[in-house]
Amino acid sequence: MTLQDFIALSPILNLGAFSLVTMLAIAYQRHHARIAVFAFLSCLLTVATLPWAATTAPRTVTVLLVVDGHALLYMGLILIAAMVVIALSYRYLNVQFREREGVEEYYLLLLLATFGGLVLTTAAHFISFFLGFELLGLSLCSLIGYLRTRRHPLEAAVKYLLLSITASALLLFGLALLYFESGAMTFHAVGTIVKQAQSVPALWLGGLVLVLVGISLKLGLAPFHMWVPDVYQGAPTPITAYLATVSKAAVVALLLRFATEVGLLDLPPVVHLFSLLAVVSMVTGNVLALMQENVKRLLAYSSIAHFGYVLVALLAGGPPAAEAVTFYVIVYCAMSLGAFGVVTVYSSEGGDKNRFEDYQGLFWTRPWLAAMLALSLLSLAGIPVTAGFIGKFYAIAAGVDAGLWWLVLALIANSVISLYYYLRLIVTLFGEAPEPAAAPPGQVEPSAQRAGWTTAFSLGFVASVILMLGVYPNPLMELIRDSVSNLLMVAVRRP
Amino acid sequence: MMALWLLILIPILAAPFAWMGQQWSRSAPRLIALGALSVDVLLALFLWNYGSSVQASGHGSWLVESHISWIPRWGISLHLGLDGLSLILILLTAVIGIVAVIASWTDIQSRVGLFHCHVLLALGGVIGVFLAIDLFLFFFFWEVMLVPMYLLIIIWGHAQRRRASFKFFMFTQAGSLVLLVAIVALALLHQQATGQPSFDYADLMKLSLSSEMARWLMLAFLIGFLVKLPAPPFHTWLPDTYAEAPTGATIILAGILAKTGAYGLLRFTIPLFPEAMSELTPIVMGLGVVGILYAALLACAQTDIKRLVAYSSISHMGFILLGAFAGTELALQGVVMQMVAHGLSTGGLFMLAGALEERYQTRDMNQMGGLWSVTPRLATMALFFACASLGLPGLANFIGEFLVLFGSYPTQPIMVILASLGMVMAAIYSLGMMQRTFFGRQQDTRPVPDLPNVAFGTVLVIALLQVWLGLYPKPILSTTQPVMDRLVQATVPAAVTHHPPELIPSSTFLTSHVSTP
Repeated sequence: MTLQDFIALSPILNLGAFSLVTMLAIAYQRHHARIAVFAFLSCLLTVATLPWAATTAPRTVTVLLVVDGHALLYMGLILIAAMVVIALSYRYLNVQFREREGVEEYYLLLLLATFGGLVLTTAAHFISFFLGFELLGLSLCSLIGYLRTRRHPLEAAVKYLLLSITASALLLFGLALLYFESGAMTFHAVGTIVKQAQSVPALWLGGLVLVLVGISLKLGLAPFHMWVPDVYQGAPTPITAYLATVSKAAVVALLLRFATEVGLLDLPPVVHLFSLLAVVSMVTGNVLALMQENVKRLLAYSSIAHFGYVLVALLAGGPPAAEAVTFYVIVYCAMSLGAFGVVTVYSSEGGDKNRFEDYQGLFWTRPWLAAMLALSLLSLAGIPVTAGFIGKFYAIAAGVDAGLWWLVLALIANSVISLYYYLRLIVTLFGEAPEPAAAPPGQVEPSAQRAGWTTAFSLGFVASVILMLGVYPNPLMELIRDSVSNLLMVAVRRP
Repeated sequence: MMALWLLILIPILAAPFAWMGQQWSRSAPRLIALGALSVDVLLALFLWNYGSSVQASGHGSWLVESHISWIPRWGISLHLGLDGLSLILILLTAVIGIVAVIASWTDIQSRVGLFHCHVLLALGGVIGVFLAIDLFLFFFFWEVMLVPMYLLIIIWGHAQRRRASFKFFMFTQAGSLVLLVAIVALALLHQQATGQPSFDYADLMKLSLSSEMARWLMLAFLIGFLVKLPAPPFHTWLPDTYAEAPTGATIILAGILAKTGAYGLLRFTIPLFPEAMSELTPIVMGLGVVGILYAALLACAQTDIKRLVAYSSISHMGFILLGAFAGTELALQGVVMQMVAHGLSTGGLFMLAGALEERYQTRDMNQMGGLWSVTPRLATMALFFACASLGLPGLANFIGEFLVLFGSYPTQPIMVILASLGMVMAAIYSLGMMQRTFFGRQQDTRPVPDLPNVAFGTVLVIALLQVWLGLYPKPILSTTQPVMDRLVQATVPAAVTHHPPELIPSSTFLTSHVSTP
């Protein structure tokens, strides 16, 4: 390890150190606001180290990690999304956690999960892959069940735990098989074996499929999606936002690197598997979302469908695919944070508000909140002026470029289906507001009536990102283009 | 040139002010909307004047052009261009917009600011559609106009608005996505040919496509535009939407939004795929004829006055489809005339139908009747527009339909004969509507006010425009003539062979498939 290596690793080291300091700070004195601000600043300072690390990128640090443009871009995405989640969490926890007991560890777990995400983005070796995967999964598990006095979060946590264990078991077995056949643990070496061999060894392929199933479980692709709606619904809403954005972005970053270095898309069985997963995810997600009466469940099913779109883009192969996937994931994070952010803010005013009825006529009572939700939903539906449109455009362009006409047609048909449920929720927002229930005055805290400046600021940030990427996406496109060329270059250059 | 951006930005920037205007006074949003649209009309008239001097002196396909780089990664730019066709349609948009605002004067009483905000946004999007000559930008505006229209329907619509707005949005969005794929495919084909993706109209015009690819892409373009037009079998969203939308929105939908589909056919579908066009022409013209007859037949059976006008609207759009693909300059001139005339006549009819609905709280013609003596102004104007709609000579619709039929006869005589039956049926349903609504025995004896002065004045102005264009259509015809000239030339295959064939080795030129009439 040289100094250059340390510089390259500075984001990960920085966040790790800050996690430790946060833990000590909690041990020293419990103070919700102080710890929240500290966690926020940790992420912010870690973001600040990214340009510094970029000066050494691309760089292979030991055999375990690769710090390149691709990793740094996803790190930025993960950290910024984590910052938004932290900003949203503060008020939510203040309201939900009335006993004020042990709220602070929430932020520590959040930092640790983010740390796991950062490791995943750089992983180029089975060990770092598995460590990142587990760190993210275990921290999330405790975060989902953090509101331990409620029934739903606990149920969700158990479900997520089972999912994590299953995913890890499949993953470990798959990695073992890959190692057995290739005798190597770096992604690149695992792929080289097949390129040199005449035919693909059956066990190797079996191992690969198991690994991909493990990844699909984490991404919530159908038919491995059973956990998604329940966990999304049960988890505290900021954590749902975190699950939908950070956790998935990190896994996608890993999947992209894994796919590029192993050369997954040159293997026909894998292409067939992915095509199947893509179509099944799109159809399952969208069709099941049609019947939901719960906003969080609706968004959960829509996330299944959206990762089906991401797979379509991924299947296109080559630089346009990696670009499209990255752009789509960034856009998806922004709009998910927007949608779940509104649910969080609205739920921060006493009691979770997930049902459609709670949103009836919201535009007339809370115009800004409803406008934010409508913007996110329109973006999810892929309507122009929002980032979602450019994302969908990118995915379609990648698919058309590769000549995947059937998948593109499936994507279009599904976009139209998905419009139905997004519009249903938007119609609800603009419906007639119900008569306010005659609640005795004083039951609702006046302070809980309005969104605080932290939430207003973070939602405003997300909204501006959605609009900015929808109207002027060029800077991000160029950035992604550089990072993707970086990813491919490292894959090619390695001996 | 900045003026083109102003045309789009004036309504869009005025929109938030219209919303805020609600706080100042009840009529402030209406006045702001009227002001913004009037400025647009004046600007368009100024450009018309400026354009005719350009036209007289120089060449170039655009009278005014503006080009700013936007997303170089994909070869997308903010490229606007104005020619005779877009100029006429922008003028129509602003005028119909004013009509819509005036028609909502008494109709819309809740959330006035927001209503006018959405009206202005939608109109800004429509003007953008008429100006954009970068296909991505075009699609951008194409979608931008959709959301405010949708909100206009779900917030201020009538009882069945939910269903109607869903149908409207999903139909048009499905068509749009098919269109988007075709646009992206074109840009990527350009990338394969030259190494650089481009969405620019001029670049894509030069692209030579294999006949197979051209056929599929043209089909996608057709679907995208036929949904909006609408032509059967994509028309089922229209009657529900037109009937359930508030009057102002219906006027915009029927008067302007339908024209964006026709504009897309003229501007993009035909010039981009001249070779494929010759193969699909009989089918598309057939769809046009089916649309004319089928919708006219359905219109005869309606009891809901707004649905009747809606079906008549589909029927009139059939003439546009027929003429657009006839491939003769005369028919294309008729199409432009029909677009303007139909915009004015349906605008007027829907305004009057809306006024009736506002007075009697019903659209059922069986519950009306004998209103001539109660509301003489309304009745006279309705008679006028009914006559315009059935194609009375001396009014603008007649010129449009006559030119279309006359121009299409050399290519498709049988279809033209069938289509002219549509004009007979138009007489049946238009006069039937008059009969059931204004003549006969009075059903509802409640005293209702006649048209107020402002509304009456507006309808009179539209009527005068109809008479003027019916007697002297030259200003419109001569403005759009150069555009139509080029369009006819583009469909003649000789015009495209000057591109080097070695650009794409696989492409073949279909030079023998178009028979020049």
